[in-house]
Amino acid sequence: MDSKNKLDIADFRTETRAWLEENCPKSMCQPIKDASDFYWGGRNAKFSFEDQRLWFERMLEKGWIVPYWEKKYGGGGLSPKENTILTQEMSRLGCRKPIYSFGISMLGPALLQFATEEQKLKYLPEIVKGKIWWCQGYSEPNSGSDLAGLHMKADDKGEYFLVTGSKVWTSYGDKADWIFCLVRTDSNSPKHRGISFLLIDMKSQGVSTRPIKLISGKSPFCETFFDAVKVPKTNLVGNLNEGWTIAKFLLTHERQMIGGIGETDIKENPHKLAKKELPFESGKLKDSILRTEISDFELDDEIFNLTIQRIVDEAKAGNNSGALSSFFKYYGTELNVKRFELLLSISGSDGLLWMDDKSSGINIARNFCRSKGNTIEGGTSEIQLNIIAKRILELP
Amino acid sequence: MALIITEEEKMLKEAARELLETKVSIDQFRLLRDENYQSFDRSTWNEIIEMGWTSLIIPAEYNGLDFGYVGMGQVLEEMGRKLVKSPLISSILFSATAIKYSDNEKLKIKFFPKLMNGEALMSLAVDEKSYHDPDNINTKVTEEKKCYRLNGKKTFVLNGNFSDHLIVLAKIDSKEYGLFLVKSDTLGITIKNKILLDTSTYSEIILNDVLVPKEHRLDIKISGMELIKKVLDISCIGLSAEILGVIMESFELTINYLKEREQFGVKIGSFQSLQHRAAKLFSEIELCKSIVLKALQAIDKEDKDISNYASLAKAKLCKTAKLVTNEAIQMHGGIGVTDDSNIGFYLKKARVLQKIFGDYNYHLDKLAKNKGY
Repeated sequence: MDSKNKLDIADFRTETRAWLEENCPKSMCQPIKDASDFYWGGRNAKFSFEDQRLWFERMLEKGWIVPYWEKKYGGGGLSPKENTILTQEMSRLGCRKPIYSFGISMLGPALLQFATEEQKLKYLPEIVKGKIWWCQGYSEPNSGSDLAGLHMKADDKGEYFLVTGSKVWTSYGDKADWIFCLVRTDSNSPKHRGISFLLIDMKSQGVSTRPIKLISGKSPFCETFFDAVKVPKTNLVGNLNEGWTIAKFLLTHERQMIGGIGETDIKENPHKLAKKELPFESGKLKDSILRTEISDFELDDEIFNLTIQRIVDEAKAGNNSGALSSFFKYYGTELNVKRFELLLSISGSDGLLWMDDKSSGINIARNFCRSKGNTIEGGTSEIQLNIIAKRILELP
Repeated sequence: MALIITEEEKMLKEAARELLETKVSIDQFRLLRDENYQSFDRSTWNEIIEMGWTSLIIPAEYNGLDFGYVGMGQVLEEMGRKLVKSPLISSILFSATAIKYSDNEKLKIKFFPKLMNGEALMSLAVDEKSYHDPDNINTKVTEEKKCYRLNGKKTFVLNGNFSDHLIVLAKIDSKEYGLFLVKSDTLGITIKNKILLDTSTYSEIILNDVLVPKEHRLDIKISGMELIKKVLDISCIGLSAEILGVIMESFELTINYLKEREQFGVKIGSFQSLQHRAAKLFSEIELCKSIVLKALQAIDKEDKDISNYASLAKAKLCKTAKLVTNEAIQMHGGIGVTDDSNIGFYLKKARVLQKIFGDYNYHLDKLAKNKGY
C-alpha cells in the first residue's frame, strides 16, 4: 500500500467514526433486548420507536445500509478495506444493524452472482431500501436432509410457471413479502439437474402460511403452501434446471452464519454463571464433575473461536476455504448444544423456569430447547460430516 | 496479528519437510529402535545443526538466527510427523529457552554457541514423582561460600543418558525456586537410564551433595519461580507443535488406508460409520492447528496470556492426540496392532508426549484455576 493510500484509509476511519458518533442515536448503540429491537422493513414496515426510524433513514441516506454493494444497486460502493473499517467502527460503538434482512444476507449475494443485470437493478435497490421483506423456501415436508429430492412443482405454461406444493421452515413466512424458492422444473432428469431458483410474491393468489410451534414455544417458522400459483417467467434466476448451483452457494453462506462466522452476539460463558450460582470449596467448584465439563467445553469453545479467526485470516491471504463451511456449521452448532446442556446443569432448578419471570439474563430452558434445532437446521450434523468426508477428505 | 504463518516461516516448514521426508523418514525410527534403542542418529543431528534449527530461537546478538518460536514450531511439527529422534527438544526447546529467559549474561555468552553447534547437549530436570507437579519441588539447594549444594531426586529427564549438562530446578525456600546448570559428570550425580514406550531414553537422576559454581545459577535478579513457569509454558507450546505433527501424520496415514483397504468388495472408506468418525477427527485437528499457531505467536509477542495459551494448547493437543491415535489403530484393524505397521509408533509417541510437563487433566485443571473456579 502506498503512503497516499494509507493516509486516505486513516482519514476514512476518522471521518467514519465522527459520522457514526454524530448520527447513531444513543438508544441504537444498546445491545438488543427483545423482538421489537429488530427492524425488518417490508411492505408493512413499522418502526418500533423513533430512534430506530432515524437510524435507518440516516444510514440509507449515507448509502451504508449495504455499504459494500455497488452504487448502481443502491450500495455504498465502499472498497473491502473501507467496509472493514466501517464494520469495526460500528462494532466499537456498539451500533445495531439499521435493518435485519435475508435480502441483504442471503438473496443479495445470490442475485449478484447469478441474476441478469435487469433483475439486479430491479431487486437489489429495493432490498437496500427495506421495501421488501424476503424469506427463504428450501426444505419441504418430505425433503429435509435430502434437499435435492424436493417436489414443489413449477410447470411451464408458456407465459408463466404454475407452482404447486409446499415449503417448511420458512422463517417469518407469515410476515414476509416475497420468497425465494427452489422448485422442480424437470421430473425426468437426475434430481440435482431438475431444480430451478424462483422468486415468488407472497401476495400471489394461492399462497398461504401456517405458523409452526417449536419445543421452545413460539417461533418465526412457518409452513408455506402454494396452490396453483402463477409466477411470471421473468422471476426465474439463473438458467432453467440449474438452480442447485445457487442452492449450494446459498447453503454455504447460511452454514457460515449458523456456525458463528460474522455473528456478534455475546454468548453466555458457563464458568461465569457457575461462579454466580454454585457453591465453592477451597477455591474450586464443589461439583468437581461439572467443573471438568465446563473447563473442557470452554477449551473447545475458545479454540473454535480462534479457528474462525484463522480461517478468515487465511481467506484474506488468498486461501479458499469454501468447503470448510461444513466444518464450521458442524462444530459451531454442536458446541452450542453443549453450551445449553451445561447452562441447564449449572442453573439448577432455576434453569427450568419456563415463563419469563426471571429478573435477569436469558431464558435457559427455552434456549436449551431451541438449541436442539441448531444441529438440524441448515443441514444436519450428519450431512455436514458427509460433506467433510466427501469433499475435503475425498473418501469414496 | 493475523493467525497465519509468514512466507519465511512457510519456507522453513517446507525445507524441513523436504529434508525429513527424503533423508530421515519413519524407517530410521524403526532402525534406531532395532539397533539397541539408539537415542538419535548422529548424521541427522548434524544436518539439523547445518540447517540452523538449533539457532532458530537464539537472539541475533549471540549469533543466533532470531527466527522466533513460530518458526521453531514449524520444524517441531515436521519432526513430529516423522518421529525424528534428536536432542533438539531437550537441548534447544527446553534448555536454550531456559538460558534465553534467564538473566545470567555470562551463561548466555558461554553456552549459546555450544548449544547451536551441538558441542553441548542439555536437558531440563523438573519432575520428581511419576506425575507433573512443579508446585511441589523437594530437591533442595543451600548456598555456601563459593558454590551451591544440591540434594534430591529427579525423574522423567528426557535424553538424560547423553546430555552433558543438566538444568536442575531446586527449592530455595517455601516461596522461591532456583535453576542451576550442572555438568552431568559432576561428583554426586547418579544417572539411571530407562527406555520408555516411545523407545526414547528418560533418566532418573540422584543429586547427592552436588556442588554447583555460583555463576551457574540461571536466575540472578529475576524470580526462579517465574522463570521456570515461563520455560514450562514455552516447552508445552513447543511440545504441542510436535504433537500436532504426530496427530496429522497418523491421521493422513489412516485416511490413505481407508482409501486403499477393501472389504466386502469395496473400499472401507466408503462406509459411513468410518466417514463420520474421520470427519470428526478432521474437525478436531482444525482446532489443534489454530491453538498451536496462536500459542507460538504468543511466545514471540511476549503476550501476557502466554500461560493460558500454553495450557489451552497442551490440553487440546493431548485430548486430540489420544482420540486420533486410538482411532488410527482401530481403523487400521488387525494390521494396526502389529509391529509391521508404523501406525503403532504414533500411538506410543503420542502417549509419552502427552505426559511431558502435564497432561490433559493437569492443564484442564490449570485453565479452570486461572479463571477462578
